[in-house]
Amino acid sequence: MTEAKNYMYKPWWKITGVLLLIYTFTAGLLLKVPALPALQETIRNLYFHVCMWFAMMILFTISVVNAIKYLRTLNIKYDIYARQFSIMGIVFGILGYITGAIWASYTWADPNKPAYSSFSSIARDPKLIGAAIALLVYFAYLILRDSIQDMDKRARVSAVYNIFAYTMLFPAIWILPRILPSLHPGNEGNPALDVKNDISGNMRMVFYPAVIGWTLLGVWITTLKIRIALLKEKKMMS
Amino acid sequence: MLEVRQQYSFYGILLYIGATIFVLFNAMDTPESKVWNGLFWVIQLFVCINAVAKSFLQESRGRMLYFYSITSPANFVLAKLLFNSLLMLAMSLLSLLLFTLFLGNPMQKAGQFVGLVLLGGWSLSLVFTFLAAIAAKAQQNAAIMAVLGFPIIIPQIVLLMKLSNAAFAPLLTISPTTVLLLIALDIMVILLAVILFPFLWKD
Repeated sequence: MTEAKNYMYKPWWKITGVLLLIYTFTAGLLLKVPALPALQETIRNLYFHVCMWFAMMILFTISVVNAIKYLRTLNIKYDIYARQFSIMGIVFGILGYITGAIWASYTWADPNKPAYSSFSSIARDPKLIGAAIALLVYFAYLILRDSIQDMDKRARVSAVYNIFAYTMLFPAIWILPRILPSLHPGNEGNPALDVKNDISGNMRMVFYPAVIGWTLLGVWITTLKIRIALLKEKKMMS
Repeated sequence: MLEVRQQYSFYGILLYIGATIFVLFNAMDTPESKVWNGLFWVIQLFVCINAVAKSFLQESRGRMLYFYSITSPANFVLAKLLFNSLLMLAMSLLSLLLFTLFLGNPMQKAGQFVGLVLLGGWSLSLVFTFLAAIAAKAQQNAAIMAVLGFPIIIPQIVLLMKLSNAAFAPLLTISPTTVLLLIALDIMVILLAVILFPFLWKD
């Protein structure tokens, strides 16, 4: 418990997160960006849209690590962690879809038709499918959790499903987009991590801090929810 | 195992396959190969859910306790996986046969497609066997099977569809890396099942 308390109650990383986000918003909206065909100024959405997915993946990963920890220790605390981190991951995933939809309506959608009529062709994109699978899996995870009454059993079964589903997610998110044709950028190599020929150095100066900033914000919100959940737990026990 | 003891459930699945495909037969004439392919895999998916889900959901508590006392969880889950794989392979062949009988035969490379069907049936049965073990622990388990399973199975279904489209078109070739990827996924599912099942087992 002490170790977890340490990081949860220390203010330094929360301040870092807020500072990085302030930097993201100012630098992301003011700094020069390369004017690419079709993208133009919408490329600034990179600091928000792509970061949402990074934050989602990181939060889901934290959730799975906690599920593994739970199975190793059978300490109910880790189960609460896993649940809250997965919920926050879902929130970031939905935000990622919203920012992506705004971006796509300017770049992918057919300008001669209303934006929603391009939906079915855009939704076929493997990256969107992969992300949809991730969200569905974690919705299913939450439903599975709530359908079991007994607390220990619930924690154990949902931890097992969490690990199983996460491991099966790898092909969906990291392999499928490389096999199927896609309009989405970042098909060759490691999207957004390729140093040589991906985004310009100027943008990377904003992008990496933005990823860290958004992730820290997500972790912060989650720790608040974990603290509430732990308090409720304590009340129930006493 | 269960199907040998309760033979009606085995015949039930056979009838399920037959009835579904007969409904499809009445609903449409010979569909073109893409539609055929899509229908075939969706039917496979539902057959698999119905066939495999029973293996855990219909085991009574007492019998599980009996298994618990005579064997280790890893052995038990491996036996279940093996049995369900065999069951699903037989079912896949049966539904393939009925499909070609009723809905026409668009296969250009029949041998390869049969291989794919077997591989697909195997993948489906492995994933759903493990999910049935999870779902058996929850209430309203039949509905939850689908909710838990569909998102997980989508990548495999997409890969299988892609491969089987290649089996229908004379010019496309089936990529061996994708086949290997599917096999690797299956092996991963087996490993995960062996590692994780002991945690589901004790009650």
